[in-house]
Amino acid sequence: MNVFHRHRWLTPYLLLAPGLAFLAVFFLVPTYYLGNTSLQSGDLFDGYVFTWAWENYRNAISGYDAQFTRSLEYAAIATVVAFLISYPLAYWIAFRGGRWKNLLLLLIIAPFFVTYLIRTLAWQIILTNDGFVVHTLRTLHLLGSDGHLLASSLAVVAGITYNFLPFMALPLYVSLEQIDHRLIEAAEDLYANRVKAFVRVTFPLSLPGVFAGTLLTFIPAAGDFINAQLLGTPRQYMIGNVIQSKFKVIADYPEAAALSFILMAAILVMILLYTRLIGTEKLTG
Amino acid sequence: MSAATETVALRRPAPRPLARVAGFVRAHALTAFAILAFVYLMLPIAVVVLFSFNDPIGRFNFTWQGFSLDAWRHPFAYPGLGEAVRVSLEIAAISSAVATVLGTLIALALVRYRFRGRGATNLLIFLPMATPEIVMGASLLTLFLNLGVQLGLGTIILAHIMFNISYVVVTVKARLVGFDRHLEEAAMDLYANQMTTFRKVTLPLIAPALLAGALIAFSLSIDDFVITYLVSGAQTTFPLFVWGSARVAVPPQINVIGTMIFGVAIVLMLANVIYQRRRGAAA
Repeated sequence: MNVFHRHRWLTPYLLLAPGLAFLAVFFLVPTYYLGNTSLQSGDLFDGYVFTWAWENYRNAISGYDAQFTRSLEYAAIATVVAFLISYPLAYWIAFRGGRWKNLLLLLIIAPFFVTYLIRTLAWQIILTNDGFVVHTLRTLHLLGSDGHLLASSLAVVAGITYNFLPFMALPLYVSLEQIDHRLIEAAEDLYANRVKAFVRVTFPLSLPGVFAGTLLTFIPAAGDFINAQLLGTPRQYMIGNVIQSKFKVIADYPEAAALSFILMAAILVMILLYTRLIGTEKLTG
Repeated sequence: MSAATETVALRRPAPRPLARVAGFVRAHALTAFAILAFVYLMLPIAVVVLFSFNDPIGRFNFTWQGFSLDAWRHPFAYPGLGEAVRVSLEIAAISSAVATVLGTLIALALVRYRFRGRGATNLLIFLPMATPEIVMGASLLTLFLNLGVQLGLGTIILAHIMFNISYVVVTVKARLVGFDRHLEEAAMDLYANQMTTFRKVTLPLIAPALLAGALIAFSLSIDDFVITYLVSGAQTTFPLFVWGSARVAVPPQINVIGTMIFGVAIVLMLANVIYQRRRGAAA
């Protein structure tokens, strides 16, 4: 017959080639240039040259350890809070949603359809000093008469939690939805009470979703700078703020590249540990 | 109420009033929590829509002053905004079209063939989704800087295609599972050649999956800020315009555009949900 039939084994590779080539050129190769740039020295006017300038890494760690720690801290807190909100919500949709499941899921991802920056600006409006929330908290004396919410760590973490919550809720829902209800009924038939059935059956079966959700929330959260910029002050700045200003404002490319590389390495180590536990096929669906 | 609760209720004698209140709370606590969580998720969206009708005093649209339709009547009356939206739509159209083609081909290979290098392919698809945007943007920027590529519309489009491919693959792949290959074999048996089979049988069957992938890519592209910001040079897009105005002046027109994008996306997603339900009912 034709060439396709004679070389059938080639077909998948022909299908893969254009897309994977694109990813190689614009995802893998840039990583090389990021590493290369992070070891350059010089200045913007005379140009930066590759000199094995390891001091960029020393400076990055010694100069911005506070921002690194803060990024990981904020991201960790936001991930935990997003989990605590998402799990019961995903559970409720998966087990009580009935025929409205798809519609309820749409509500969960609805925030994604409002431009990221605009929904973060909306939190500025909600948390502003003249706003309803601050007013109520002051009336209840939960906040001092000159207390405020904006420009604080609380506001930044709250913003991060909100913005990345769907990344947590969706994988949780998917894993909870797949659970065979008969397994839970079996546990209850064997005189496990509802708490015990949840702890011993439902929760362990939803673990893939927990792993995927925590990863997909923590990673973008650790690299975020928009929430710190719009809802915080320089005292809440994360490593993302430093990287973006080094690239766009100061044009100190080597230092910015070194900071990016450290952030990526830290996160890659985490991913490798996670994938060891569950395998890539589960994460990509 | 599930069958399990009924069994529990049968086993016990009639509960006392206090126990009944506790039972009611226990049975509905989860529902109440879910409703609160949905209110929390919807609150900023409501604020965005509401403040598109605000009549702000001064340059910032942060406090409610009064109802006005001005911004809706003249959504592009703010200098530079119309152009930024136009550029964003153009970038989203081009990048989602290219990414959908490249991503669908990968998804077809992954779903329909067994081949060596499958694990590596999955990893390469997964990595861009697991890399923080700031790192991806930084890497691309260093590539362009070192090779002396002029930053602008072109570099933004390349970046958007790159981050969209993975999402298209995942979306299309999920929809292709359960695809009936017998239909294609039937067409081949009836002497359709490879091309005709693809055009007349495969393409119509995978069209909904393709459309879903394209929609995801389009909405990711039109919303992207971080990567775009790093590789944009002097080019402005809608999110970059919002970023610039967040420091100097936030006109209600920004909320109008935000509401429009949200409205279109929700209508399309609702149509998708209804379509799926119809198909589910028909099957």
